[in-house]
Amino acid sequence: MNPTVARLTLRGLLGRRRGLLLLVVPVLLLVVSAIAAGSSGDKHDLVVNVLGKLGLGTLLPILGLVVGTGAIATEIDDGSIVYLLAKPLPRWKIITTKLAVAIGTTWVFAAVPMLIAGLLLYGTQEGLALGYTAAALVSGAAYSALFLLLGVVTRHAVVAGLAYALVWESLVGNFVEGARTLSVQQWGLAVAESVATEGSVTSAVSLGAAVPLLLVVAVAATALASVRLAGLTLASDE
Amino acid sequence: MATITIDKVSRWFGNVVAVNDVSMAIGPGITGLLGPNGAGKSTLIHMMSGFLAPSTGAVTLDGAPIWRNQQVYRQIGLVPERESMYDYLTGWEFVLANAELHGLPHPGAAARKALALVEMEYAQERRTGTYSKGMKQRVKMASALVHDPAVLLLDEPFNGMDPRQRLQLMDLLRRFGADGRTVLFSSHILEEVEQLARHIEVVVAGRHAASGDFRKIRRLMTDRPHRYLVRSSDDRRLAAALIADPSTSGIELDRQEGALRIQAVNFQGFTTLLPKVAQRAGIRLYTVAPADESLESVFSYLVSA
Repeated sequence: MNPTVARLTLRGLLGRRRGLLLLVVPVLLLVVSAIAAGSSGDKHDLVVNVLGKLGLGTLLPILGLVVGTGAIATEIDDGSIVYLLAKPLPRWKIITTKLAVAIGTTWVFAAVPMLIAGLLLYGTQEGLALGYTAAALVSGAAYSALFLLLGVVTRHAVVAGLAYALVWESLVGNFVEGARTLSVQQWGLAVAESVATEGSVTSAVSLGAAVPLLLVVAVAATALASVRLAGLTLASDE
Repeated sequence: MATITIDKVSRWFGNVVAVNDVSMAIGPGITGLLGPNGAGKSTLIHMMSGFLAPSTGAVTLDGAPIWRNQQVYRQIGLVPERESMYDYLTGWEFVLANAELHGLPHPGAAARKALALVEMEYAQERRTGTYSKGMKQRVKMASALVHDPAVLLLDEPFNGMDPRQRLQLMDLLRRFGADGRTVLFSSHILEEVEQLARHIEVVVAGRHAASGDFRKIRRLMTDRPHRYLVRSSDDRRLAAALIADPSTSGIELDRQEGALRIQAVNFQGFTTLLPKVAQRAGIRLYTVAPADESLESVFSYLVSA
């Protein structure tokens, strides 16, 4: 961790309009939960829909995308990254610091609201609130690492990230059974499944597969991002 | 004392060759990297500052490779051409962050000193996003100087500066050069380079066109064959009188233009000869225009010299 890199990253993330954009996710989740809490449907289904489909399936990847790319891609795009790179700082330190800030931000803006929304909707029954929060914590970390890597390797990080989160995880995952094995969302659900009461959450992936996959993705993405950052070529204007 | 050595370096992007087999050594003092836009100056500076790998050849600082070697930044200060620099920070926060990133023992003191050096203390509490181009340039300078580097690399530092800011920056760079630091700056304006640098490296179309003392290069530029377009009251008679003198090497009678196209061997000789010859023969001169005074033609002459 480098405190200066962390400070710059955090101010870049929370400053200006991006900070407001980040607020949309928790506000949306809490408003939907508050409305749902007053309705008279099957509460269990409601929680699965709001926390699982909306929170974990849609809002978390979008937030992870905004935060993960915002932590580095904006700096690479506008060229201000030179001020970080023209320093005797190990590149992995820059990446791990930015990753830590991204994970922390994702947790604050997604995992914490998830817990509040869960308690609001369903209390502590069946351990659902806690289960989905645990899922948001691990998936949020994995998304952050993945999207941070995208921010380093491609100029079209946002498009690539959206393609993964929406097309692969949601669309392809819905129709193709196998695609779900390689889905951060399903790995998160596997964690939720193990935390909540048996049978209340289902995942396409077993915990034994999900945990190693999460670790491999997070570590590999971080390592690859560090290597790519060390060889970052700044576009010449000529 | 630090020297950047560029040894047989080429760099291409796909099919485009941006830098073609260039070798040069940049030592202590001020060096101007001169060339027209698109000549490869930025590509060279990017390679010297470790943000671009040479396709072939080596770029080193005192023998150590610069590419993928973060330790060189202890000695290199970089002033990039692009302007973005964390707009949401104040000048003070920006320079202080740079000092901290260098891991300096007293970042606050170093930042204060650097801001004083570029005379930006008065605006240090303002956000850099509100700065003018010249102010940004000076704060970028402060951030590059904060760790007291032996080498300073500046990419088009005078772009967009007003004359007063330009003089200020030149003065600052002169002091650094006099301190025995290695200062390299790029520019496409000959006069700019001439005012500041004793030593000049010229690149044209990716090639190393000339190297050396600015006076020598200036002479090369003014002594080259010049072409003129001349209209007079009697073109034929004027041509006959001019070709008799050794300072001209060729004259063409351009019937369509109604003018003479004259190839002069040297600038000095021809410019004194022409009015004398015309006067003696009683010929009026209507037009005397240099035909190829663009910077590009000057540079392309240097390449072939």
